[in-house]
Amino acid sequence: MTTTAHDERHELYPEHFEPPRSPTWKLFFGPGLVRGAWMGLLFFGLGTLLVLGLRWWWSWTPVWNTEVVLAVAAMTAAPIGFLAGIGSFDYWLYYFSGRPTRPEDHSGHGARTWKDYFRVNTDHKVIGVQYLVTTFVFFTIAGLMAMFFRAELAKPGLQFVDSQTFNGLVSVHATLMIFLFIIPAFAGLANFAVPLMLGAPDMAFPRLNALSFWLLPIAGVMFVASFLAPGGAFGAGWTGYAPLSEGQPLGQTFFNMGVQWAGASSIMTALNFLVTIITMRAPGMTFWRMPLLVWANFTTSLLVVIATPFIAGSQFFVMFDRILHTDFFVPEGGGYVLGYQHIFWFYSHPAVYIMMLPGFGIVSEVISSMSRKPIFGYRLMALSLVGILVLGFSVWAHHMFVAGMADWLRVPMMITTLLIAVPTGIKVFSWTATLWRGRIHLTTPMLFALGFVTMFVIGGLSGIYLGSVPIDIAASDTYFIVAHIHYVLFGGSVFTIFAGVYYWFPKMTGRMYNERLGKLHFWLTFVSFNATFFPMHYVGLRGMPRRVFDYDEAFGDMNFFISIASFVLGASFVVFVYNVVVSWTRGEIADPNPWRANTLEWQVSSPPPIFNFDEIPQVVGGPYEYGVPGARHAVMSPAKEAEEVHA
Amino acid sequence: MAQRSAGVASKIARAWSRLEAVRKGIVQLVAIGLVIGVALTLVALLFQWLPTSASEEFDRIQAIYWFATVISIVIFSLVGAVVVFSVWKWRVPLDDDADGPPIHGHTGLEIAWTAVPALLVIALGIFSTIVLARNGEAGDNPMEVEALGQQFAWKFTYGDYDDLESGELVLPVGQEVRFTMRSVDVIHSFWVPNFGQKMDAVPGIETEILVTPKRLGEFAVVCTELCGLGHATMRAKARVVEQAEFDAWVEEQQA
Repeated sequence: MTTTAHDERHELYPEHFEPPRSPTWKLFFGPGLVRGAWMGLLFFGLGTLLVLGLRWWWSWTPVWNTEVVLAVAAMTAAPIGFLAGIGSFDYWLYYFSGRPTRPEDHSGHGARTWKDYFRVNTDHKVIGVQYLVTTFVFFTIAGLMAMFFRAELAKPGLQFVDSQTFNGLVSVHATLMIFLFIIPAFAGLANFAVPLMLGAPDMAFPRLNALSFWLLPIAGVMFVASFLAPGGAFGAGWTGYAPLSEGQPLGQTFFNMGVQWAGASSIMTALNFLVTIITMRAPGMTFWRMPLLVWANFTTSLLVVIATPFIAGSQFFVMFDRILHTDFFVPEGGGYVLGYQHIFWFYSHPAVYIMMLPGFGIVSEVISSMSRKPIFGYRLMALSLVGILVLGFSVWAHHMFVAGMADWLRVPMMITTLLIAVPTGIKVFSWTATLWRGRIHLTTPMLFALGFVTMFVIGGLSGIYLGSVPIDIAASDTYFIVAHIHYVLFGGSVFTIFAGVYYWFPKMTGRMYNERLGKLHFWLTFVSFNATFFPMHYVGLRGMPRRVFDYDEAFGDMNFFISIASFVLGASFVVFVYNVVVSWTRGEIADPNPWRANTLEWQVSSPPPIFNFDEIPQVVGGPYEYGVPGARHAVMSPAKEAEEVHA
Repeated sequence: MAQRSAGVASKIARAWSRLEAVRKGIVQLVAIGLVIGVALTLVALLFQWLPTSASEEFDRIQAIYWFATVISIVIFSLVGAVVVFSVWKWRVPLDDDADGPPIHGHTGLEIAWTAVPALLVIALGIFSTIVLARNGEAGDNPMEVEALGQQFAWKFTYGDYDDLESGELVLPVGQEVRFTMRSVDVIHSFWVPNFGQKMDAVPGIETEILVTPKRLGEFAVVCTELCGLGHATMRAKARVVEQAEFDAWVEEQQA
C-alpha cells in the first residue's frame, strides 16, 4: 500500500524543525485523529456556550434550543475543531502567526504505511485513494438503505418501517449517492489521474486538496447521523422542497448543513482542478493535446464553481426560515415557494452534468486505449463538453414543468433541454465510431465502458421523453423519473466509476485486479441493473408516483420483481469489494503500462514516484495516436536538463 | 499479355472480394440492428405502457409519446447494432499487441450526426409545443373546479354549483374542466393517470390545468409530490359519468 520511498529533501532545512517531543505529547497534541477528536469536542463545547450565552444575555426563552445548538455547535464549530485537530490548518496557522513555515516540507506527502491514509496527506495520489475508499464506504451504506426500502416496497402497505423512516431512507439514500458517492468518487479518480495526465508533480494547491477531502466525511457523517435526531432523518427528499422541508423535524438541519460541507469540498476541489489544469501542464501540453479526462474535469470544475453556491444558498435560506424565522419560502410572510425550486435546480441541474462529464472523460480514455484507435473526432469531443457546459445552465426549469412556474418559460426550456441531446449524441456516436474497425480488448473497464454507452443511451432517450413538456406533464414525479435518473446516474455515472476504478487500479495499487471476477461483477451488475430499473418505466407511466411506501395493488407483482432484482444488484457489489480487497493485498504485480496507453500516467512506474515524474515529460503530440506510425504523446527528458531549460 | 490480363483479373477479383466482405458486413450490421429494433418494437407494443386514455388531452400526449418512441427505437437500435457488431467482429485476445487503423475522424459523418439529431429534437420540440398549446387552450365554457390539496386529502369545490364541496371527483363526460389548484400547507400535485394532465398545488399561488374527460369510468386521483408522512395514501377517486347522472349527483349533494 505504500506509494513511495522516503524522500530526504525536507532534511535540507534542519533549522526549521520543531524541538523534539515525546511520543505521548505527539499523540495528543500533534496533528492527527486523536487531536481531531478532542478539538472537535472542545469546539462543540465552545459553540454550545456561545449559543447559550447569547440567548441568556438577550433573555430569549428557552435558553436551550436544540436546533440552534445543533446548527452552530455540532455542525459548524465541531467540524472546524476536528479539521484543525487533524492538522488541516497547521501550515496556514503557522503562517498567520508568523512562525517559521517550511515551503519545502514534504513530510505530509506520500504514503509509506497504511496509517498515512488516515491523516492529512497532501499527495494527490493518496488523496485520490482516500476519496475513493471513503466514497465506496458511503456507496455501501446508501446501497443498503436502498435494499431496505426495496424490501419495504416488495409488497403494498407498510411492512417494516413507519412512514417517516421510509421517507428518511429514500432521502438519505439519494443524498449519500449524489453528494458522498458520485460527485466525490469522480473527484477522487480525477485527483489521482489528472495531475499525472498533465505531467504535473501534484495539484496546484496540495494543502487545499487535503482540506477538500476531509470536509467530505464530515458531510457524510451528518447525513447518516440524521437518523439519530429526534423525529428521524430528513424526509423531504434529496430535493428538500420548501415548505415541506421547513416543517420537517430536526433531521432536516443535518441536510441543510451537510450540503454546505459537501458543497465546500466540491468547490475547493474544482478551483484546484481549474488552477492545476490552467497552470501546471507539462511543456508542450497545449489544450488541444490534453486527454479528454482532463477536458472533462475542466468543464466539470467550471460547472461546480459557478453552480454549487446556489444549492448552498437554497439550504441556508431553508435553515434560516427554520431557525431565524425569516420568510424566504413562507407564503404567509410574503415568501415565494417556487423560488426554492428555481435556486435549487439552478445548481441541481448542472449537478447532473457534474455527475456525468467526468464519466464521459473516463469512457473516452478507456474506449480509445482498449480499441487501439485514436478517439474519433477529438476536437468535437472536447467542444461537445463545452457545449454541454454552456447549455447545462439554461435548462434548470425543465424540472419544474408541472410546478406552476411562469408559463412562458416552458417552451424555451424545453428547446434547450432537447438540444442537449445534440452534443451528447455527438459523444455517443463518436465512441461507437472509435470502436469501428478497432482491435477491441474486452477487459473489465472496457465492458463497463460499453455497458455505459448502451445504458446511457436509454437514460438519454427517456430524457428526451421528459424533455417534451406534454409527456413530462404525464410522467413527472412518477417511477418513470426514478427509472430515468437511475439509467443516467447508475447506468451512466456508476458504470463509468467502475470502469475508472478497474482501469486505474494497477496504477494506483501496483497490482492487477482479477479479470474473471471483474467480468462476473460486470455481467451480474448489468443484468440485475436492467431487471431492477427498466420495469420502473412501466409502473411509473401506469400511475405509480415516486417516494411512496404504499401503492396500488395492481403494481404489487412488478414491485416484488423489482425488489428481488435489486437484491441481486446489491449482491453483485460484493464481488467487486472482494476483488478489490484481495487484489490490492495479494494481486499479481502489474506492469507500469498494462493497457499500452499513451497518456502520461502510464509512462511512470506503478504506483508512480512521489513527485510523479523523475523525468520531465515534453509533450509532442496528441494523447490518442494509436496506430499512427512513429507518433508519440511525450518524450521524457532528464529532470536536471529540464530544470535548466525552465530555470 | 496473358500474364497482364491475369494480373488485372486477380486485382478485380480481390477488389470484388473486398467489396463482398464490406457488403456482407453491412448486411450483418443491418441484421443486428433489425433484430434489436424488432425486439424493442415488440416490447413497446406488447406491453400496455400507458394507461387507457380518458381525456382528449391525453390522446394528444400519447401521440407525442409514440413519436418519441419511434425515434428512441431507431437510435437505440443503431447504437446497439454498432456496439454489438464491433465487439463481435473486431474483438482480439487480450495479449494481442497490434493497433487499429489511425482514423481520427470524418467531417461528413460528424456533421451528419450533429445535424440529424438536432433536426429530430427540433421536430419533437415543435410537435410538443403545438400539443402544449392545444392542451392549454380553454374552450368557450369550461366547468370550474377547485382542487384544494391539504395533508393528506383532496377537496374539490365546484364553483359553478354553489361551491359544492366533495372529496370525490365527479365529472360529466365530454365537458371541459378547468382545475384551479391551491394548497393550504405544502406542495401537492394533482394527477389522474388516465387524464394525462398533472399540476402542482402550491401554497401561496394558484395554478391550473384543463381536462376534457372522454371516457366513462372510475379512475384514481393521486398526489405525486412528496407532501409528508401520508403522501402515499393521499389518493381519491375520480368518476366520469353521463351529464344526467352528474346532474343527479349534484342535486343529491346539494340536498
